[in-house]
Amino acid sequence: MSLTHAVKEHKERRKKDNNAVMTMVIKKSKPSPVIHQSRLGTDELFMAIDPDTKQLLCYEERGEHPRGAISLENSLLADNPSISLHNDKQDCYIDICSQEVLSLFTDNFDYQHLRRHFVKGLLVDDIMGYKIFTHEIHSSYAARIDNYRSYDTISKDIIQRWTYPFVPDVRFSANCTTKLEREGMYKAPEIQQSRSAHIGPFTVIGKGTRIGDDSRITHSVIGEGCTIGSNVSIVGSYIWNNVTIEDGCELRHAIVCDGVIIKAAATLEPGVVLSFKVVIGREFVVPAYSKVSLFQQPTAQDSDEELEYADSSSGAIDPSIADAGNKLNGDIVSESSQIQDWSTSQLGPGGAGFIWSACDGGCEEEWRHSVAPIPTDQLAKALLAIEEDSEIVKVSDSALTPSGELEPGSDDDDSDNMDDSNVDTVDFEKEAEATFLRAAQDNIAVDDLILEMNSLRLSYNKSAGDCTGALFYPMMKLALESPHNTAVELQKNVASVVSKWHKLFEVLAKEVDDQIELIMKFEEMCLESTKEFAPIFSQILYLLYEREIIGEEAILRWDDERKDADESDRVFVKQSEKFIQWLREADEEED
Amino acid sequence: MPDVQALVNEFLNKLKKRKIEGSQATAKQTAELLRSVISQQRVPRTNQAGALIDAVRAIGEQLIVANPIELAVGNIVRRVLHIIREEDLSLTTAAVAELNLSTVSDDDDDGGGGDQDDRPVLSAAAVAAAARNTLRPPSLQMLLEGAPDFVAVPRSSSSGGDSEGKSKSMDRNSRTRKLKHDIIEAVNELIQDITTCHELIAEQAVEHIHQNEVILTLGSSKTVLEFLCAAKEKKRSFRVFVAEGAPRYQGHLLAKELVARGLQTTLITDSAVFAMISRVNMVIVGSHAVMANGGVIAPVGMNMVALAAQKHAVPFVVLAGSHKLCPLYPHNPEVLLNELRSPSELLDFGEFSDCLDFGSGDGSPLLHVVNPTFDYVPPKAVSLFITDTGGHNPSYMYRLIADYYSADDLVVQRRHAAGN
Repeated sequence: MSLTHAVKEHKERRKKDNNAVMTMVIKKSKPSPVIHQSRLGTDELFMAIDPDTKQLLCYEERGEHPRGAISLENSLLADNPSISLHNDKQDCYIDICSQEVLSLFTDNFDYQHLRRHFVKGLLVDDIMGYKIFTHEIHSSYAARIDNYRSYDTISKDIIQRWTYPFVPDVRFSANCTTKLEREGMYKAPEIQQSRSAHIGPFTVIGKGTRIGDDSRITHSVIGEGCTIGSNVSIVGSYIWNNVTIEDGCELRHAIVCDGVIIKAAATLEPGVVLSFKVVIGREFVVPAYSKVSLFQQPTAQDSDEELEYADSSSGAIDPSIADAGNKLNGDIVSESSQIQDWSTSQLGPGGAGFIWSACDGGCEEEWRHSVAPIPTDQLAKALLAIEEDSEIVKVSDSALTPSGELEPGSDDDDSDNMDDSNVDTVDFEKEAEATFLRAAQDNIAVDDLILEMNSLRLSYNKSAGDCTGALFYPMMKLALESPHNTAVELQKNVASVVSKWHKLFEVLAKEVDDQIELIMKFEEMCLESTKEFAPIFSQILYLLYEREIIGEEAILRWDDERKDADESDRVFVKQSEKFIQWLREADEEED
Repeated sequence: MPDVQALVNEFLNKLKKRKIEGSQATAKQTAELLRSVISQQRVPRTNQAGALIDAVRAIGEQLIVANPIELAVGNIVRRVLHIIREEDLSLTTAAVAELNLSTVSDDDDDGGGGDQDDRPVLSAAAVAAAARNTLRPPSLQMLLEGAPDFVAVPRSSSSGGDSEGKSKSMDRNSRTRKLKHDIIEAVNELIQDITTCHELIAEQAVEHIHQNEVILTLGSSKTVLEFLCAAKEKKRSFRVFVAEGAPRYQGHLLAKELVARGLQTTLITDSAVFAMISRVNMVIVGSHAVMANGGVIAPVGMNMVALAAQKHAVPFVVLAGSHKLCPLYPHNPEVLLNELRSPSELLDFGEFSDCLDFGSGDGSPLLHVVNPTFDYVPPKAVSLFITDTGGHNPSYMYRLIADYYSADDLVVQRRHAAGN
């Protein structure tokens, strides 16, 4: 891609707004819905972007939200007039930064990961108010290779010429001119190819390579100076320079580095990576997804090393392989002594090298980040998992929590956020209960309790009605817990408790709606949790009325609402019928 | 020559990254670059032309390989090589003519000797040989010695007297300077020709476009635009159908330009060409390159227009500046007839990224997008070529090659094994 446009945009934005610290380049690329992975083998990304100003408001990776549910802050929606939510964007990892970015890194010295720490930190930080913007590219191409799957995908994209003019047949390096033939075949000069060999579509063959009889090579990239014997089958592999492959071998979706020798009739299963100068013995089958190197696998890994290099899972190229490569290219003498020990090696007769076991943690997920395409059984498993998930969602929707009301002000988009708001309510209620009980135990004055409840309410962003409901329950429970034998005694208990705490409710339950809420909560309680109150419902109602916690209007409206309800709901209404009737007569009398 | 090398590298970079669009711009920049190369090249006292040819060849080879589909680069390299040979030849003939005069005067003084008899004969033969050199296959002497004949001529003739030797050396010095000077002048003329080719072609517009005609064109070509506007200025009234030329839709730009200049324009899709061809009187198109057999390399879709014109007996006229005439034949394996560009001109990558998912199946893509840039139109589909030298038949184009190019320069690659 050409950076000019992006840089210009960044500079102009910076002139207008000094807080525009970074511009991130993104590209539209749909992730696979089945396995929840982008086509480059990275996690699905969720981004919230303001469509007018192109500011990045939220950046989440799927790895941190295994349920696939994100919760957004309310302030996000309050501050920005329009937001568009995307999960089909791919991060190109090209950022245009201003100088503040450097100073931010020195200030926050424990930022180790660019996206997880730096970007998230900047998005959450309100104090400095720095902003990150995005720049979307459409016809240009940009991508980052950080695991084997992206190596594979991006190589294929280059062969398909999405990166024109940076394609294999344009002569950027000074050695040879590769010609593009039909069906995406790129051939360098000086290839010796037997007549019976079949070179299939989308293959790149480097200079000076020799290919023997009856070999079939498709969808692969072969480097310079390779010698490929007869009857060899190479599918979807990446073979670097100076590799010798003897007769009868079979390579499927493998990466083979410089100088490797693969002896006759060996087989490489999908996903194998052979490091520099490894020798695979005759008729040896290298197991799938294994990594083979001339060096032993390092056993003890420093925790710091792990932090620095273990970016995403085991797909990251181990740093010691790179070191090994450098060493090998230089010093050959010291290895000859090593090679002599290969008589009984892991790689079959005449082989040389060690198979590294998959790294601890994430070894089941090798297939995600490998060069090989995802095996069909994994895809089937993933599909099954998705179907199960959708069933679970349906089931959970029907069992709504008791407090069926949505909290006001929570404008979350994802449907799964219902769970989150209910979780919140439950938390709040527990808190309220705990506060009340503590107050009761420690004999805290009512006014103090009122203060505490108010602050609790504000911190949870709940309304007064929620408060009343939340408090009523523990109050009743308290009454219940004090020793009583009969219903009458219970009533007395309730009376005493109510008299002690009635001021609380006078403050909180001022609105009629809140009072109705209270009554309903009481009903619920009687039905479900504290059944003891059921027979004395109407008495308690009267008590509450006496104490002026509930007004007559509330009771009457409650009655009206319940008029059309089912029989089961009207149980308590019936009970309190006398009371209600008396109330109405009192009303009429007054009128 | 660090300066020149930097210029060459910069130009190579631009060619490789396909930053220069259009054969006229490429040709002009190539010519200017070669002019700098020639002027900065230090030439030995003998065989200057050879040294210049080698230098230009070396750089030309790199330029051609950087963008092989842009044939204009190769054309200009060969034109410059031809200019060098021509200028050298004309200087030699002038020198030999001088020599002729001086020997004649000596004859009167001295008495005639064997040499003197030889010299006039030699000079005439040399002139004739040199003149035919451009078109004749290389002589055995040339192959063995590796040096052109006409440069050997003054050497052998300088075996004459001292006084003549001195005058000859002075002549040679001035000849050196004169050679470079002439070459650079000729290259300047070439650049001038390239820049003004549109005007020369446009002058002929009146002869071809008559009243109330309907003209079809495809894509956008500056030559065609100037051609049509010249006819408009001469008060011809005609209408233009412009086929848009997917996927770059440059026909849209041409339509806007034509309307800005006051021409009645109709815009159609490429697929509608066959439907609309029956209403058209003449098809006038530009080209990317013209091959030696008269075939045309033109923007994609042109072959379709040519076939439509052939079927409906509509004249198919191709406008081409002389820098587009390529001395190679299309069956030459060095010639790439087409270039595949990025598929992002056709499709939006993001929308189709799920078809391009290589992670499932056997890793091979089911969707392959091909975006060729050029089309080859065979010579029998073309009715007329209009170049800056006039109108020509396709079968006549090969004759123009002889005017502009030398046979030795067809292969610009230096053969390291053999001489030359």
